[in-house]
Amino acid sequence: MILWWIGNAVLLLVVVPVAVVLLRGVLGAAKSIVPSVNQIATVAAAGSKDLDAAPLLLTTQDQVAQTIAGVANYGGSLDVILDDA
Amino acid sequence: MLAMQAVAVVTIAIVVLIVLALVYYLVSVILELRKITRGLDDVIANVGEILAKTVPVNDIVENINANLDAGVDALEGLLVKKAGLTDAVGLVDGLYPGAASAGLRNFPESTEVTAPRIGEVYTRGTLTLARLGREAPVAAASPNGFPLRNVEGGSLAARLLYPDLRQSRPDSLPRSPVIGTDAPVQYEQRDDIGAPRKRLPANRR
Repeated sequence: MILWWIGNAVLLLVVVPVAVVLLRGVLGAAKSIVPSVNQIATVAAAGSKDLDAAPLLLTTQDQVAQTIAGVANYGGSLDVILDDA
Repeated sequence: MLAMQAVAVVTIAIVVLIVLALVYYLVSVILELRKITRGLDDVIANVGEILAKTVPVNDIVENINANLDAGVDALEGLLVKKAGLTDAVGLVDGLYPGAASAGLRNFPESTEVTAPRIGEVYTRGTLTLARLGREAPVAAASPNGFPLRNVEGGSLAARLLYPDLRQSRPDSLPRSPVIGTDAPVQYEQRDDIGAPRKRLPANRR
């Protein structure tokens, strides 16, 4: 009977506090992850929005090709007009 | 017997307390994990969008770079062909002081050229050509100030009005023709020179 009481005391004074401390630690860690995940989601959304202009690179590509073609024509004409060094 | 019941009740109460604590904290953890899952779902969706939007970027940028490389090669080659390697380096160095040490991309030997100080007034077209050859944006301001001399006040435009022979700056030009009785070329004497002036008819007055 005495051992049973001692066991109850140990359970109440040691096991319960240890279990509570450990569980609170896990809960605190889980709660601390949530703001970080939300911030990552916000940044990812902003990054995705920033890339909305990426399709304009196709226009840039076409314009660069046209510009280089014009420069090539210009250079070819200069090559004909100007004497070599 | 009564004492034994009391111990049992206390034990059960402690176990219930532990179970309640476990339930409270584990349910709280589960709720937080669900929030994390929802947040990660948003992250994954946005990252997926980023991936989808950046898929063609590599090919496009490589294509743009290839085109620009070809343009730079062509203009650099044209500049060297027309101005000569030495003058080309001098011209580039005149626009971008210190750039001669880097040399021209397709002419490794240009790094060994001592860049001359370009004293000639170049036209805007030549300077634009040089700018393009140095991969600089057209009409961008030079970090060291406006690279052009005063073209309107320069001598080149006026000098170009003279025949081509003067453009080569020869040591001597052909002499003026000799006139007089000792001239090697004698012209036919005109009869009307020295004669009285003819009078016009009266009705022409």
